[in-house]
Formats: sequence, structure tokens, C-alpha cells
Amino acid sequence: MLGFYMPDFRLILPEGILVVAALFLVMEGVFRKNVTFRSLVHHALLALIAALIVLIFMHQPGYKEVTFEGQILQNDFIYLAELLVLIGATAVMAMSLPSMIKENFVSFEYPPLILFATVGMLLMVVANDFMTLFIGLEMQGLSLYCLAALKRDQIKTSEAALKYFVLGGLATALYLYGVSLIYGFTGSTNFETISSVIRIESMEELSIGLFLGVVFIMASLSFKVSAVPFHMWTPDVYQGCPSSVTAFIAAAPKVAAMVVFLRIMAGPFLLLYGEWQSLIVLISLASMILGAFAALRQNDLKRLLAYSAIGQMGYVLMGIAAGNDEGAQAVFVYLLIYMVMIIGIFGCLMCLRGKNTEGIQNIEDLSGISTLHPKISFILAIFMFSMAGIPPFAGFFAKLYVFKAAISAGFFGLAVVGVLTSVVASYYYLKIVKVMYFDEIPAAPSFSYGQALVLSAEIKIVLNICAAIILLFFAFPNPVLQMAQQAALALPI
Amino acid sequence: MTIGLDHYLIVAAFLFTIGGIGIFLNRRNVIVILMAIELMLLAVNINFVAFSQYLGDLVGQIFTLFILTVAAAESAIGLAILVVYFRNRGDIEVDDITLMKG
Repeated sequence: MLGFYMPDFRLILPEGILVVAALFLVMEGVFRKNVTFRSLVHHALLALIAALIVLIFMHQPGYKEVTFEGQILQNDFIYLAELLVLIGATAVMAMSLPSMIKENFVSFEYPPLILFATVGMLLMVVANDFMTLFIGLEMQGLSLYCLAALKRDQIKTSEAALKYFVLGGLATALYLYGVSLIYGFTGSTNFETISSVIRIESMEELSIGLFLGVVFIMASLSFKVSAVPFHMWTPDVYQGCPSSVTAFIAAAPKVAAMVVFLRIMAGPFLLLYGEWQSLIVLISLASMILGAFAALRQNDLKRLLAYSAIGQMGYVLMGIAAGNDEGAQAVFVYLLIYMVMIIGIFGCLMCLRGKNTEGIQNIEDLSGISTLHPKISFILAIFMFSMAGIPPFAGFFAKLYVFKAAISAGFFGLAVVGVLTSVVASYYYLKIVKVMYFDEIPAAPSFSYGQALVLSAEIKIVLNICAAIILLFFAFPNPVLQMAQQAALALPI
Repeated sequence: MTIGLDHYLIVAAFLFTIGGIGIFLNRRNVIVILMAIELMLLAVNINFVAFSQYLGDLVGQIFTLFILTVAAAESAIGLAILVVYFRNRGDIEVDDITLMKG
């Protein structure tokens, strides 16, 4: 048969909008003489909101379609993931403007690069084939390397970008090697075909090459989610990059990569469950332990948040290790709440500025800040309590669902380690609250002491929404839980 | 002697390992790291083409074209980041990339 089916372009409409907008913004930045950074950011924000609206209005619950010759899939699971990614990108874009202007970091490449990275993440999520997934991963990865290196006059930033790039290149190579082995041993790169080939082969003996391929792919994905053996880039990138870039790298890409992780493990490799499960348990254990203990001796706020992110990813991986419906649901709830908390924390950090409006750096820069800026400190304290997993904040429920999933899958040890490490981790979250509320304002504040407050209408809106979600989740968990449940049902597990 | 699939896979595995060792054991120059990454990607290409020929399936060769394109973009970005780093730091010794630690 030589005929081609017309692909269903409606399924990639949000991606299309973002690509066109990103190209338009590049043109605008290069050719328009008197274009301001502010208007570029606002245009990018409009494009992201348009994509979000299109995504929400195109969605029909229970709908499932494969198009583009099997390259792209759309169902409830993917819808929720796309929603999270777009919300994360929109929130960071909305918040970043004032802090970037104060830091004199106004390169016009920032908005289009964010849009390209978002397109990459959406492609990663909708991919139904290792080839499309590769394009998505690279589009996201390459845009993020550029974003990380964007502040060109600072040595720390360029060092962070260099480390990020080298380790990212290694992760790409590992991913491709894994895919090549899987292609060789199953004869296809399509998720559904691979899944059915593995089902047929699993009657007899499975080849070692297939396992190797899965392990390589898992290694590269654990780089993307910054889980332990490949976490080395995270602290340096968080510390070295400007807060607006760090906030973006910390929120949406983690969610997208974790969703892809879940989708690959529970999709094509579901029947290899017995083999990959123990590996995920190991990665999860190591991430939780390292995240809890390495952050204890950090003094730099963003570096501390990086180690905390490594630990949090360990908890999410616990849900994947469970490998059941409940686990998938817990992963989604956790990712949503984690993203809200991270956006909120970085929003607060972007508001608080030193004397000459440079960003704050160390934990001491927050000492006694509650008397200067009571509102912001209150919101930051809420997020810190939530990160520490203290009820009734949302972070507690996120952890609770993950632990429940792990226990129902029989991983008692994993759940116990999870609880213990979250106790250790609460030390450094609560330390920040203690510094804000109980320490004295230093007599001679350092240059980065957070005495100034830079706000904008967008930041206020985003922070209020984030705080409301974290505070009210315990009263109205149902909308989130229902969405997560629907998404989990669309998975083959 | 015929050259079979095994031979291609062994060569690719060797190249991939050499690339990996090049990233971690190289203590001198960052450009060598970029070359090592490139070597790893090309090893993957050998794998794909060999499997594609063996399976009689074109997907592997199409994948190779994608990898070549992306590898070009990646090394362009890598070199750009390296230039930015060099302007700030003044050299590109691997041992000197240690401003941030812990």
C-alpha cells in the first residue's frame, strides 16, 4: 500500500502554536528596532496561554488516538502531562520579568528559548515512538543548555552550562545506544510494536540485549529527572544560573521527564517489570538518601533546593517502582504538587532582592526577614512546611499517596526509608523558616541580604494561586485526584 | 571470512566505550570531551545501520539521519558554550572547572 493517511493535526495544535510563536519572537527580536524585552515576554506569555486554552478546549475525556503514522499518541494520561508542562512554563514565564530586568539580564533569546523548550517537552510527552521521543528530548535539552548559558558575563553561569551540556550529551548518547539495542532486538522503535514483540518473546527466553537497552534508557532518563547516579549537574546548574532560568529548569522539564519515565516503563517495557523494578527501587533509595543528607551542609539557597529536588525525585520514583495503578496516580499527584511548590519557592526567591537588587544567595540572607516582608515570608514558610511534608499542607498528601502505593506493592523497606529521609530533610526546610522568623536582622547586612522586594501583578497572582493550592488541597483534593485517576487509567497497567 | 552483525556491534561497542572513557578519564581539554561525545553518537549510528541492514528495515537508517542532524546541532551549541566559558575563564582545562563544589 502506498497511500498515506492524512495525520490529525489537531492533536499537535498546542505545539504548532508554540513553534509559530517562538519563530515569530525570534524574528521580532532580531528585526524590530525598538522592541522591548517586556513586550517580548508578554507575547510569549500570550502564546503559552493560547496553547493552554486550545489544549483544554480540544480535550475530550476518554479519547484515545494514534496519528502521524504511529508517532504521536493522545489520551487522558498525555493530556494531563501536557497540561502540567504548559502550566509550569506559563507560571515561570509570568514570574520572571521583574527579576530579570533588575538583574539586567534582558537578552531577547529568553522567551523564544523557553517556548522551544516547552515544545520539546510537549513532544516528549506525546511521543509514541523512540524517534519522536528523541527529537523531543533533544529539543528540550538543547534549548535548556542555551538558556543555562544565556547570562554570558558570569563565569559561574557558563561553568554550570558547560557541565550541564557535557553530562546532557552523555545522557543523549546513553539513550541512543539503548534505543539502538532495543531496535535491534525487537525490530521496531514504536512503543506499541515493542510492547507486543516483548509479549510474544516473553513466552520463551528474553535476550540480554533487550535488558541492556532498557538499562541504558533508564540511565539517561534518570539524568533528565536528576535521580542519583546522574544527579551531578543539578546542584551546579541550580546555583550557577539566574533564578528565572533555574525556576524553569526546576519545574516543567522535571515533570515532563518523569512522565516519560513512567510512560516508557509502564508502556513498552511493562512486561519486563520484574527486571526494571529493582533498579528503580535502588535509584529511588539512593536519591532519597543523598537528597536528605547532602543538603544538610549547604549554605547556598539554590544549591540546597537542588539537593532537595534530588530527594523529591526519589519519592516520585517510588510511585513508579510500585508499578500499579495507585503508583501512577500517586506520581501524578506528587508531580503536580511538587511543581506548584517549586514555582512558589522560586517566585519568593525572585521577589526578595539585595540592596542593589541582585538576587539573594545564602540562607543568612533571609534572617529576620519576616519583620521586613511579612507576606512573602508567610508564603515562603507555607511552601517550606509543605516541602517538609507537614500536614495539613499539600506536600504531606503527595508523600502519603506515594508511600501508600509503595506499601500496597509490598515495598515496606522503601516506604520506611522514605519516611525517615523526609524526617531528615525536614531539618533544612524548617531551618529556613527558623532563620526567617526567629533570627535577628543582621546589624551590617551583606550586599545580597534580602531587604528589597520586587513585585509585579503577575508574580502576585501566581504566588497566591500556588499558596491557595497548597493550603486548600486537604479540603478539596477530589479534582486533582480524579484527574490523576483518569490519567492512570489510560496507562496499560 | 564474512563480516556479520556481531562484528559491527563489537566495533560500535568499542567506540562507545572509548567515548565514555574519554569523557571521564580525560583531565586536560574540554574540546576532547566534545569529541568523545561525538564518538559515542557515531558508535550508535553504526549500531543502527547494522541492525537496519540485518533486519531489512529502513527505520534504523532514518533514525541515523536524525541522529546526525541533532549531533551537528549539539556540537554547535557545545562549542558556543565553550567559547562563552573561555571568554570568562581564559582557559579550557578540565581540572579548572571547579568553581562550584559540594
